[in-house]
Amino acid sequence: MSSVGVMGAIFNLNHPAHTVDWEFIHLSVANVIVIAVMLIVFVLAVVLPFPGAASRQAARGRGGSS
Amino acid sequence: MSSVAPDPPATHAPEKSWTVKVREAGVAALPPEKLLPDGQPTYVASWIYMFGVASIASLIVIIGSGSILALKGPAWWHYTGVGHFFNSIHLWSVELFFFAMVVHLWGKFWMASWRGGRSRVWITGAVTFLVAIPCALTGYVSQQNFDAQWISTQAKDAMNSVGAGAFFNLTNFGQMYSYHVLLLPIAVVGLVGAHVLLVRKHGVVPPFELARRKAALATAPSAGGEGSPAGTDGGAQS
Repeated sequence: MSSVGVMGAIFNLNHPAHTVDWEFIHLSVANVIVIAVMLIVFVLAVVLPFPGAASRQAARGRGGSS
Repeated sequence: MSSVAPDPPATHAPEKSWTVKVREAGVAALPPEKLLPDGQPTYVASWIYMFGVASIASLIVIIGSGSILALKGPAWWHYTGVGHFFNSIHLWSVELFFFAMVVHLWGKFWMASWRGGRSRVWITGAVTFLVAIPCALTGYVSQQNFDAQWISTQAKDAMNSVGAGAFFNLTNFGQMYSYHVLLLPIAVVGLVGAHVLLVRKHGVVPPFELARRKAALATAPSAGGEGSPAGTDGGAQS
């Protein structure tokens, strides 16, 4: 089986898109997944600590520089 | 016998040429240490501040891969593996560009990043987002396949319904390709350049807490003041 065939076996795209319908909202499942991932990434970017941020803040609190 | 008196010394400065005026205005607005800083405020050490530069990184890959595709022509990716590779790089860098730009937009919206005289920063960013959409959509109709034909015939109805079909003909491949590889990319890159220069001029918007403390310090009586507490000056370099 060719590599194209293997990939095709994982993702069968030979059908109309699956959609999510709610009132007037009509979205493909692929777009819903991308929007959900964007929201997850946004929340993680806000809550996850940045490497070295705490030590820089502490250095400034001591009046030093880093 | 008469004598000629020497000319009096000039009392006014010579008129500056336009190049001098432009140079002085440019240096006044963006001195070198502001244009190319070697540090950022401490509050920039957060993941949410990374998505602007992620958008720019994606845009660089878009321009690079798109330039290679433009050199080889719009049909190249259909009949060579290398062409298909660069076409995929181009597509996925565009996907990343919009992904990063949307998260960047959300972050800046909830920070109200138009604060502190940064309205032009916000406006150039918003207009960049709006111009990038047709820039990407004209790529869909430049694919040279049935997908492009389907999209162009559907989209032309949308253009005609708003009266723009006479100026923006989706079924005219030459026009769409020119928009996609020249006119709209120039607009996007120009707007991004203006956006970055405005960010450098006004500085990265501080979080709300810092902005509040800074305003309180500015209005507080100066007696006994020892300078701003740690992390409150909004311009602290890390």
